[in-house]
Amino acid sequence: MAPGKTLFKKIWDSHVVAAPDNEMTILYIDLHLIHEVTSPQAFEGLRIAGRGVRRPDRTLATADHNVPTDPPGTPILDPIARRQLEVLSENCEEFGITLFPMGHENQGIVHIIGPELGVTQPGMTIVCGDSHTSTHGAFGSLAFGIGTSEVEHVLATQTLPQQPAKTMAVNVTGVAPLGVTAKDIALAIIKKLGTGGGSGYVLEYRGDAITALSMEGRMTVCNMSIEAGARAGLVAVDDTTIEYLRGRPGVATGDEFEKVATQWRTYVSDIDAVFDAEINIDASTLSPFMTWGTNPSQVVAVNGTVPSPDDEETDSAREAAERALTYMDLAPGTPLRDVTVDIVFIGSCTNSRIEDLRAAAGVAHGKHVAENVRALVVPGSHRVKAQAESEGLDRIFLDAGFEWREPGCSMCLGMNPDQLKPGQRSASTSNRNFEGRQGRGGRTHLVSPAVAAATAIKGRFATPAEVLA
Amino acid sequence: MKPVVIVEGRAVPLDRSDVDTDQIIPSDWLKRVERTGFGRGLFSEWRDDSNFVLNQAEYQGATIMLAGPRFGTGSSREHAVWALMDFGFTAIIAPSFGDIFKNNSSKQGLVTVQLGEDDVTALANLVKADPSTLVVIDVAAQTVEVPEHHWQRNFDIAPMTRERLMNGWDDIGLTLRHANEITVYEERTPHTRRSMPEIFDPRGHVNA
Ligand code: SF4
Repeated sequence: MAPGKTLFKKIWDSHVVAAPDNEMTILYIDLHLIHEVTSPQAFEGLRIAGRGVRRPDRTLATADHNVPTDPPGTPILDPIARRQLEVLSENCEEFGITLFPMGHENQGIVHIIGPELGVTQPGMTIVCGDSHTSTHGAFGSLAFGIGTSEVEHVLATQTLPQQPAKTMAVNVTGVAPLGVTAKDIALAIIKKLGTGGGSGYVLEYRGDAITALSMEGRMTVCNMSIEAGARAGLVAVDDTTIEYLRGRPGVATGDEFEKVATQWRTYVSDIDAVFDAEINIDASTLSPFMTWGTNPSQVVAVNGTVPSPDDEETDSAREAAERALTYMDLAPGTPLRDVTVDIVFIGSCTNSRIEDLRAAAGVAHGKHVAENVRALVVPGSHRVKAQAESEGLDRIFLDAGFEWREPGCSMCLGMNPDQLKPGQRSASTSNRNFEGRQGRGGRTHLVSPAVAAATAIKGRFATPAEVLA
Repeated sequence: MKPVVIVEGRAVPLDRSDVDTDQIIPSDWLKRVERTGFGRGLFSEWRDDSNFVLNQAEYQGATIMLAGPRFGTGSSREHAVWALMDFGFTAIIAPSFGDIFKNNSSKQGLVTVQLGEDDVTALANLVKADPSTLVVIDVAAQTVEVPEHHWQRNFDIAPMTRERLMNGWDDIGLTLRHANEITVYEERTPHTRRSMPEIFDPRGHVNA
């Protein structure tokens, strides 16, 4: 009997349009998400070649990277940024694509709105000109980031030439201790795999510590697959997936929903499926983590100390660690709980969903942000913002001295007005601690929302347990 | 895309690993709607440092970059490839690359050559000893050569990527030869998903 299929293989096989000899497989794309930054040159390419958009009905656009997060109505001062948003509107108008511009009730970070509107669904192929498209894999869909040439390719043909990936089972088992969140699991995986360990693979996250996560948590884990070098992450469909999708605008209702849900349940790896590689992580050994360096695999416990480059095994890793420590202005052996921060950023497609805001508010409730800290909370979308406000989370944050801002990518990347100044140090719930990622010369430490909130209150790195005690 | 068979020129050693696309082209540059002019933004933060290798006189005009492991990881921005090419680079040699970066490069005709870490180091040492050293990359033969030193290594490249580079093929054109099959696929695939116009009204609000 043929061995069972992995979830990856099931989705792949059902999307093959053509597999010509000696060429790449042409894979059908069910959903194409676009935003202002990586699409203008693709639309321009279409116009030059005299091509149209094949399936505007399967294309969805939003403005997120560039938008300021100031109160509604604040004008965009940067003319180049403003032009990019205008060009997106013009392109969507010309090609008949649904767009949520700045301030629209459905607008938000592209990887937040797909799932919350229910347009992200199990078994789909989903692409976007953004590497964190891996987020959508939490729904048992094959989702990956592409470059602008590929954006143009999908607009023109609704397909992509692809080579099959290898599969890796990432087994996370056991019960995570109190205070350990999906973000900590993600950081532990990247620490173990390194920034290149997932290269060429699609990671399927499995095990009881993954199935115990909410959809929000699974999205956080899948989001960071790219930081381990993998283009996509997957989680099998289960009741949690289906209950999350029930009632969302993009999905069917009534009997039709039950029928679709039955089909969705097949998007799991077969019991006897064979993976090309496998790693195991015991969730009970994890603790709240943070990054200390300038790539997302440089991870330590918040309760730990800055590691020494001498502990690295290869010359290139030692040099990288030394460079990172210089850039981050940290000395080996320093307890991280002695390191003060200037900025706390709670937001980004990694951690700006309602559950993230609840976790941060739970820590911040009745406390106050330390004097040396500016703390921002940036909901991932208008829908998240409205939900949070209906739960009174905005009040908790404002009373505690946090800023409560409009949705967008914000300080995740330094291309809108929310940026670190040279030398400033942040605790950030985003996904990349690269040099200058949050603004030129800025120093980024990646943390979970709960650690971010605790750090804002203490003014230095802190675990939620310290604040709640 | 222009066909690329042989790339030759002087090389510049960038002795760094994990050079992500945020370093290659910082996000401040991504606001542009054009495809040209990104060369000025290439490594813009590092270029402020006069000691940075790209600022050194002996490496001016180099067209091949030698880098450490995991070059081009991180963000999917194709702007990184545009910046490298606009600056004048035609090939990057490194022990490994970010997947999306490698893909983006192949669409633009920027050659990415994967060699073992020791080989890249050896090549970098030859170049540092004499920055005027000529390096030749032959995509057809899959070799990297320093003729002056009789130094030669083979490299692997996906057959399809090699063909596309050598012929300068446009991917969209290749795919559109299968336009019928796309239509057939769309017709036979059961339509279980609602399309955007079914979900949203023309102004993007959810249909009642
Ligand atoms: S929040 Fe950050 S990582 Fe996510 S899409 Fe925006 S810029 Fe990219």
